[in-house]
Amino acid sequence: MSASTEILLIAFVTATACAIPGVFLVLRQMAMMSDAISHTVLLGIVLGFFVFQDLDSPWLIPAAALMGVVTVFLVELFVNTRLVKEDAAIGIVFPALFSIAVILISRYASGVHLDSDAVLLGQLEFAFFDRTEIFGFDVAHALVVMGIILLLNVLLLLVFYKELKISTFDAGLAAALGFSPVLIHYGLMMMVSITAVGAFDAVGSILVVALMIAPPASAWLFTDRLSQMLIFSVIAAGLSALGGFGMAIFFDTNMGGSMATMCGIIFVISLLIAPNRGLIAVALRRMRQRWEFSQTMLVIHLLNHEDTDREEDECRVDHLWEHLRWQPEFAEQVIRYAEDHGTVRRQRGILNLTDEGRTIAESAMVH
Amino acid sequence: MQALEVTDLTVAYQDKPVLWDIDLDVPEGILMAIVGPNGAGKTTLIKSILGLIKPAAGNVLIYGKSYAAQRHMVGYVPQRGSVDWDFPTSVLDVVMMGRYGELGWFKRPSARDRKLAYDALEKVGMQEYAQRQISQLSGGQQQRTFLARALVQDAKLYFMDEPFQGVDATTERAIIEILQNLREQGKTVIAVHHDLQTVQEYFDWVTLLNVRRIASGPVSEAFSSENLRRAYGGRIAFLKEEKAAGD
Repeated sequence: MSASTEILLIAFVTATACAIPGVFLVLRQMAMMSDAISHTVLLGIVLGFFVFQDLDSPWLIPAAALMGVVTVFLVELFVNTRLVKEDAAIGIVFPALFSIAVILISRYASGVHLDSDAVLLGQLEFAFFDRTEIFGFDVAHALVVMGIILLLNVLLLLVFYKELKISTFDAGLAAALGFSPVLIHYGLMMMVSITAVGAFDAVGSILVVALMIAPPASAWLFTDRLSQMLIFSVIAAGLSALGGFGMAIFFDTNMGGSMATMCGIIFVISLLIAPNRGLIAVALRRMRQRWEFSQTMLVIHLLNHEDTDREEDECRVDHLWEHLRWQPEFAEQVIRYAEDHGTVRRQRGILNLTDEGRTIAESAMVH
Repeated sequence: MQALEVTDLTVAYQDKPVLWDIDLDVPEGILMAIVGPNGAGKTTLIKSILGLIKPAAGNVLIYGKSYAAQRHMVGYVPQRGSVDWDFPTSVLDVVMMGRYGELGWFKRPSARDRKLAYDALEKVGMQEYAQRQISQLSGGQQQRTFLARALVQDAKLYFMDEPFQGVDATTERAIIEILQNLREQGKTVIAVHHDLQTVQEYFDWVTLLNVRRIASGPVSEAFSSENLRRAYGGRIAFLKEEKAAGD
């Protein structure tokens, strides 16, 4: 496997692994909690490093995951006092734990490669040089780690799909039925933490939140079903990895930053083009509704004055705008719209309702 | 056998009591309303019976055993506002959640569970909305969906938190018919209710609550103007004296 293929693969696996727990974070309105976790896991890594004295120790991942869970626990502890709101609690807990990690690194671990660039932005570009042998194959260490994390996420999702769904939608019912929403909550947070540790190596702590939140948020614009939201999130994540990889090569720049940027670009595109909920679809619908509504006003006006003595005056094409208080151009456009839709007919300067127009006017008046 | 026995139930948030030493004896096969002013602890009572809130003291028995042992016998309709209706799921899926308790951990819903969910939707007149996204429902339709979800639980004892909240008159009639239907099948329904005007018409038992239990029993006995005054203080001018029981 060439270096660039392998780096692309790592990017792809990292992005998709983040998107899966990300869906539930978005649905539980916990986006900022993932930002907190992706920072505080650093403290777990540092403490784990002090204990095991090895930056490649596999024990650093559970140590970091534990710190993620501690973060959630501390935030909830503050919230439960009812003296601070959740966003404020996150704003207190996460910088506190993160700064302890930063101090510890600069004071005691400055010799090791836990430098601030790597922490903040990741080092996907260099992931290729860190090799592991697995089943006789020589592969990048990061690919193995992220691959296992992705597999674990998929597996847990398949096994606990029903439990995640009910405890996210209706925690009260989930508890009454004997599922433990608390257990599921902390299990999910554990997986978010583990995924964050893995992704941290690739894209750095600042940008993990982009991989976790933007693809699910994009996916939600396209669907009303949880299963589809998961699939679309993975697709959006995959596209972000691919696009980010291309962007990093084209501009010869940082891979993590490019991937996160691509997540944002994909979200903005989704926001524009999503059917039904997208901004373009909404604007088009509003426009159509405006024309339809104006047409309804027109046909009601015609119906009201049909066969009256004032019909000649009220229903004249060139005076209509005065009666309806419309701009002349707008009145002309509405009339043309109505003619195109077969609801009115022009006859010697007078507008007449067609049968269809009469039906629309009559049914509109009933309401 | 009593459907529900609550003894000495006390619930407190820190040192502030929300429910104070509640005793309840509810026989099988009745429709019971829980009424009381805002903050009386109605929702808390239901939640602590279902183990969602840990009481400071007291005991709850459902058909003679603890809730944990009798879970499968109990159906629950939470307040409509307690969930996020933007959640990406269909009406049928929400109803199917009522089957999850019986399925337990790990097991996936089967074709039979789907069929039961459809049947329940039919009972509440919502079958044509089965595939609808839940955020597109009106308040009444949301309430019917929750009711259908409780029906597929196939319970013996139902707890409903404000099943009539935000529904129109037609839906209210439809829901009360379903509840009366449940009673005819020998099931017990306990519902938090807000409209004192309809208590006598809809329910046969009533519990008046205001942190303490003011009264509990058949509507003809417990729903007296004296008890209402004790539960609501002076704030029930809208309820005409002659409408209360005892005349």
